[in-house]
Amino acid sequence: MALKVAIVAGGLAHERDVSIRSGRRVAQTLRDEGMDVQVWDLDSHLIGRIAEWVPDVVWPLVHGADGEDGSLQDLFGLLGVPFVGADGHQARLASHKPTAKALMRAVGLATPPWVTLRQSLFRQVGAKGVLEAIVATIGLPVVVKPADGGSALGVSVVRDAAKLPEAMVNCFAYSDEALIEAHVTGTEIAASVVQLDGETRVLPLVEIETEGLYDYDARYNAGRSEYFVPARLPEAHAEAVRAAVTKVHETFALGDLSRVDVLVSPDGVVWIIDINVAPGMTETSLFPQAAASEGGRIYVDIVERAAARGPSRGAGISPDLARPVPSLSFGDFAAMNEPNDLC
Amino acid sequence: MTDSHLPAKGTRLDPWFDAYAERAHGMRASEIRALFAVASRPEVVSLAGGMPNINSLPLDYLADLSARIMRERGAKALQYGSGQGEISMREQIVEVMRYDHIHAHPDDVVVTTGSQQALDLVTEIFINPGDVVVAEAPSYVGALGVFRAYQADVVHVPLDDDGLVPAELDATLTRLRAAGRPVKFLYTVPNYHNPAGVTLSEERRPQIVEICKRHGVLILEDNPYGLLGFDSDPLPALKSFDSDQTIYLGSFSKMFGPGYRIGWAVAPHAVREKLVLASEAAILCPGMWGQMAMTAYLTEYDWYTQVKEFRGEYKARCDSMMSSLHEFLPECSWTVPTGGFYTWVTLPDGLDAKAMLPRAVTNLVAYVSGTAFYYDGQGADHMRLSFCYPTPENIREGVRRLSHVIHDELELVDMFGTKARGHVAKGVEIPTPDQV
Repeated sequence: MALKVAIVAGGLAHERDVSIRSGRRVAQTLRDEGMDVQVWDLDSHLIGRIAEWVPDVVWPLVHGADGEDGSLQDLFGLLGVPFVGADGHQARLASHKPTAKALMRAVGLATPPWVTLRQSLFRQVGAKGVLEAIVATIGLPVVVKPADGGSALGVSVVRDAAKLPEAMVNCFAYSDEALIEAHVTGTEIAASVVQLDGETRVLPLVEIETEGLYDYDARYNAGRSEYFVPARLPEAHAEAVRAAVTKVHETFALGDLSRVDVLVSPDGVVWIIDINVAPGMTETSLFPQAAASEGGRIYVDIVERAAARGPSRGAGISPDLARPVPSLSFGDFAAMNEPNDLC
Repeated sequence: MTDSHLPAKGTRLDPWFDAYAERAHGMRASEIRALFAVASRPEVVSLAGGMPNINSLPLDYLADLSARIMRERGAKALQYGSGQGEISMREQIVEVMRYDHIHAHPDDVVVTTGSQQALDLVTEIFINPGDVVVAEAPSYVGALGVFRAYQADVVHVPLDDDGLVPAELDATLTRLRAAGRPVKFLYTVPNYHNPAGVTLSEERRPQIVEICKRHGVLILEDNPYGLLGFDSDPLPALKSFDSDQTIYLGSFSKMFGPGYRIGWAVAPHAVREKLVLASEAAILCPGMWGQMAMTAYLTEYDWYTQVKEFRGEYKARCDSMMSSLHEFLPECSWTVPTGGFYTWVTLPDGLDAKAMLPRAVTNLVAYVSGTAFYYDGQGADHMRLSFCYPTPENIREGVRRLSHVIHDELELVDMFGTKARGHVAKGVEIPTPDQV
């Protein structure tokens, strides 16, 4: 009997359109391989549909916060439904860019220097001094981007300090939290990773060449960007990329698949820029380009293995991890709250 | 160093990339267009689209009518028809236009697939790349998309609460002629303007016609909302003042519904001939089924009473919009429509409607940024709000949500000291149906 696959796409995120296109494309690929596939919106009917149709496996392809911050994966864990991809806990760590960068630094991976600033901080201390400190400390150019979300929405490269306020406003239109990182240059590479039968495998590297920023328009209007598969990197650099993204995938335990976006500097430094736990699957997306030589079989392998793995409760509610959390020391926190410090 | 097995040439994921006409290279899907995918969700109060409120149409009657046509005249309904449109349809269109004081002959009418196709045909037969079209500031986004596609250069002329300003039009046409840039036509929406919501005053109508005649400029009068004045019948159309000076575009999309996609053009005879030929080249003929159903509806049903019912519903919605704006957004200003679907809101200093749209979508409310209605990136300090589709209660809720968005954004721009900015138009951003 054909495997029943439910693809969940859409939702209310800014990337709804991309997500729906991704979902339909994967659905067609799986149907061509003989699977029984339905595409569902992320809405109030979702739980009822799961209960009624009882899919063998669910593939979450919702982009943006709701789909990639672990919430949807945790829901599937609660419902006891097998699903494709990282569990909620891992997805959360990988998708929140500042958290992911901190963890990557901790394991020795290169990622551009950054700061993370919430809108509420600016409200309390004012913008001028903070922006001046960014320019003085990180230097220009910087990249301003929302701390979560994708498709380069809300992303600006700022080369002139006078443009930094505008970039912050654009960014905060998408998220309450802004990541400001040093702008590094190099060859733009997308590395798609799959993990089948316990083996982590990096698919052919995709090199992206585009005029200006690889923004929404450059990503989704065919013709705006040129892609080279495999990437035109010296073998030593390509090997360094494969090693780095394998480390990312395994460190974050991203499971069946991921896509890691990197920049490779001329001297071979592999800068990790972004981790995608639900990579885009549209006609112009990068994972499908990397997987093109594998045909539809790779998508079948992914869902078959996810179905065979069975339900995942996720690290957060897994019984073997339900240990007491050590008490945290707040140090001199109480002293800091003396009235004088609040004036 | 590059390994020999690596690809020298990449892929643009479009094997025909180098084959496209120059005008197609600018066509693109923008992130703003993508944001409107969210507006289709029921959780979102969309104050963006110009969708008529179809629910008050006599759907049971239309179902019976459709069945009867298919049963009795199905062979004709599913066949090709006249390229100019069926004579019975054109006769009914002539009757409808009498409300606009237009006395036309059915032979003057060309039936099209929505008035959007008529707009496309007129532009196709008149515009060479670089030719000048004069249009109101702001102007209908769907028209701007057509003008861009034909590589016209659009020059905007200001309007005020009484519509297009005659003195400004005269000055603009004079300036363009002096600069050696002859104008092919004036594009105008005189009634319940999209997006501005204003109506060209009765006093100004003959003035506009006289100015265009004096400058030898054709008028393209687009009138989809004329019958939808809240409390009054339409003012005389520009076409009624000088038939040879004007191409008139009409549509059933707003006064009935867009499902049949029936619009029309009424043009001087020589222009009409070219429009028919251009339309036949494009679509062979307008859809027969829709024409037959629409003709039967206009013939059998008391359609004008139905239009009056629409007027009452849209007035109630407009009243809700006006009172909600007063209640929640006193820091904004807006036009006060006397009909149609839209109000044009001016934002407080510093706000940028285009940049703010993602925040609005997050807050489950949608609007169309003013930048969509200009050819040159202006309009960031405006937004168009539609009151045609949501219920009065939902309109209030939408404006309430919008007030949170605007207040948050105001705090932000105040904090960062940014200003509304011009947006450089990056190619032809074709509007979604949610934006027209």
